[in-house]
Amino acid sequence: MDQLYALSVTVPLVAAAALLATRPLLAGHRRVLDVVAVLVSAAVAVMLGFLVFRTSGADSTYWFAGFRPAHGVVIGIDFEAGPLSAGLACLGAVLMTASMVFSWRYFTHVATYFHVLMLTFLAGMTGFCLTGDVFDLFVWFELMGVSAYALTAYRPEERGPIQGALNFAITNSVGAYLSLTGIGLIYGRTGALNMAQIAAYVNHHPPSGLVVIAFLLIITGLLVKGAIVPFHFWLADAHAVAPTPVCVLFSGVMVELGLYGIARMYWSVFGVALGHQAAISHLFLALGSLTAVVGALFCFRERHLKRLLAFSTISHAGMFLAGFALLTPLGLAGAALYVTGHAFVKAALFLGTGIVLHRLRSVNETWLHGRGRRLPVTGVIVTAAAFGLADLPPFGTFLGKGWIEDSAAAPWLTAIFIACGVLVGGAVLRVAGGVFYGLGDPPGEDPQMAAEANEEKGETEEGRQRTPLSMLIPAAALAALGLAAGIAAMVPKVAAGVETAAARFQDQPGYIATVLAGAHVTRAAPPYPVAPADVTVASVVTALCSVLGAAALALAALYWRRLPLLRRGYEPGAGLTVPIRRFQSGIINDYITWLVAGVATLGGVLALVIR
Amino acid sequence: MGIFPFLVVAWIVVVGLYGIVTSRDLIHQIVCLIVVQSSTYVLLLGVGYVTGGAAPYFWDIPQHTRAVDPVVQALALTDVVVEAAVTALLLSFAVQAQKKFGTLDPSQLVEFKG
Repeated sequence: MDQLYALSVTVPLVAAAALLATRPLLAGHRRVLDVVAVLVSAAVAVMLGFLVFRTSGADSTYWFAGFRPAHGVVIGIDFEAGPLSAGLACLGAVLMTASMVFSWRYFTHVATYFHVLMLTFLAGMTGFCLTGDVFDLFVWFELMGVSAYALTAYRPEERGPIQGALNFAITNSVGAYLSLTGIGLIYGRTGALNMAQIAAYVNHHPPSGLVVIAFLLIITGLLVKGAIVPFHFWLADAHAVAPTPVCVLFSGVMVELGLYGIARMYWSVFGVALGHQAAISHLFLALGSLTAVVGALFCFRERHLKRLLAFSTISHAGMFLAGFALLTPLGLAGAALYVTGHAFVKAALFLGTGIVLHRLRSVNETWLHGRGRRLPVTGVIVTAAAFGLADLPPFGTFLGKGWIEDSAAAPWLTAIFIACGVLVGGAVLRVAGGVFYGLGDPPGEDPQMAAEANEEKGETEEGRQRTPLSMLIPAAALAALGLAAGIAAMVPKVAAGVETAAARFQDQPGYIATVLAGAHVTRAAPPYPVAPADVTVASVVTALCSVLGAAALALAALYWRRLPLLRRGYEPGAGLTVPIRRFQSGIINDYITWLVAGVATLGGVLALVIR
Repeated sequence: MGIFPFLVVAWIVVVGLYGIVTSRDLIHQIVCLIVVQSSTYVLLLGVGYVTGGAAPYFWDIPQHTRAVDPVVQALALTDVVVEAAVTALLLSFAVQAQKKFGTLDPSQLVEFKG
């Protein structure tokens, strides 16, 4: 049974290597590639799902080649699984399975390396979630990264993918090297690479500036991956141009993995040694709120469907970070549920966009206005998923957000969450209503944006007359899973289980005992107050306000020009175009400048806070 | 050696980042990225260095001889492999960028903005 840990990464890696090695034999047998990719992803999902159940009582550790630690000194390399880490990896594998099924008919011609890269990407995500070693964390991060850069530039014959892949690769690489610098520093101080051993060392030695610097540098790479403002610029450029099945994984799990890495680093390694919980909590809450607002504003003004969804991912990443930043088990449980619900509905929305691109050959909202009426089934799926993204009860997004708000019990945070929910939900509902039902007028168009949206062509074949079931079923199944996640979390036993798992994730002494001494820790001694995970009246009211606000905003945006009060030809926000273009400039040099400024600012704030 | 290697590391990082930020040519920018990464080699080797330590091959030297840390050497080696993969990929993007945009000036390689 323990072999499951190793198999969950070796199976996709071996399959990828085998596909590449047998490439000459597979020429002309494309279905073999598809079948192998779908089966391997599904098998990994099953293995990880099994690990989630197996670790639901207590976390467990697997030592490669049986090199167990002796007297608190680690010589081997471990995988450590708990319900949250294995669950996130499992989520990645489920989305991978769905997008491989979707790709079945999506690409007319597909190169072997697409499947190979998808499988190495899957292995990278799984290893990243499970590893208990900081250097391996970097290696899995890079495996995931290199596969993702190459997948972004899958259509190198166009300009957009080249720009997106370059920005993505260079920004993330700089982040990764800063992380590696932090890892080198902490190794120099502690002589350890295992997370538990580092934690045991830093807890028992006087606090030092070096530990703070190492923490800052390590999380920099993860903040870049997690698309937190001001490290977020690459995301929209990369998501807008990657093939749609790849976008599903980028938005659904890759960004969340960055945030998971931060949570892992904080709770398993540095949290106790850093101290100053209130200040750190406020710092990350501020970062999360800023990200949520910036992402939501950019999302609403966008007309390119994939970029719109990409900006909504940035906004949600901010809200997830805010959930982690509360440092409470309920906040973390809420973030975990929110990530799950969001991954399913966002994946369904991306697949819906893929179907639109496949059938109608465009992702330009203005042009598509009313043209989606030819796609009634897709319209229903996209509308349902759009309501899911707008936190309609009982989607998983609603309860996840509700738990975070309950845990924070801060009106300002609830206000920010509602505002972002209204903007992001309003944007996707506007798209659903306008494109699939032809409501209102087409939204005003910025010529440059239209030119960008029209670039998006060569990804899939010529428009077909029918949408293949292999594209509709994954989209519908994912939207249904988003709903199922929310309903499941309303069962008190499941909710309590998620919260217990979150408390165990935050229990550093328990983690150290599990890894270094092989202890069987079933119940965490929570350092933070545990609040019950229920469906509260407040969360339902907030979610309903948010959904109604989003629907109203969407209708207002669609019927804007028919309002009698306005002078003709007035476009809201038109004056903002130039500053926004300067901000999100698409130039790598600017992105790296923001990154350096962000690190310096964070470092300054941390230095002031932790003295 | 004390703090000296770490000052060198900081210098290399700053020079590399300065290069990326001010670069007017994609190939130059990629090389600057490699410069940033090279700082990690110096850091790792500096961390594991032991004054007067032998190379960590206990074949023809006694078991308890002082030796430099072999772990960081393994890490640096892995790091080199990562660098090779990333650089190869980026250079292939640069080739495509030259073909599609007709220039390698990063400020011209913009299809999407805002």
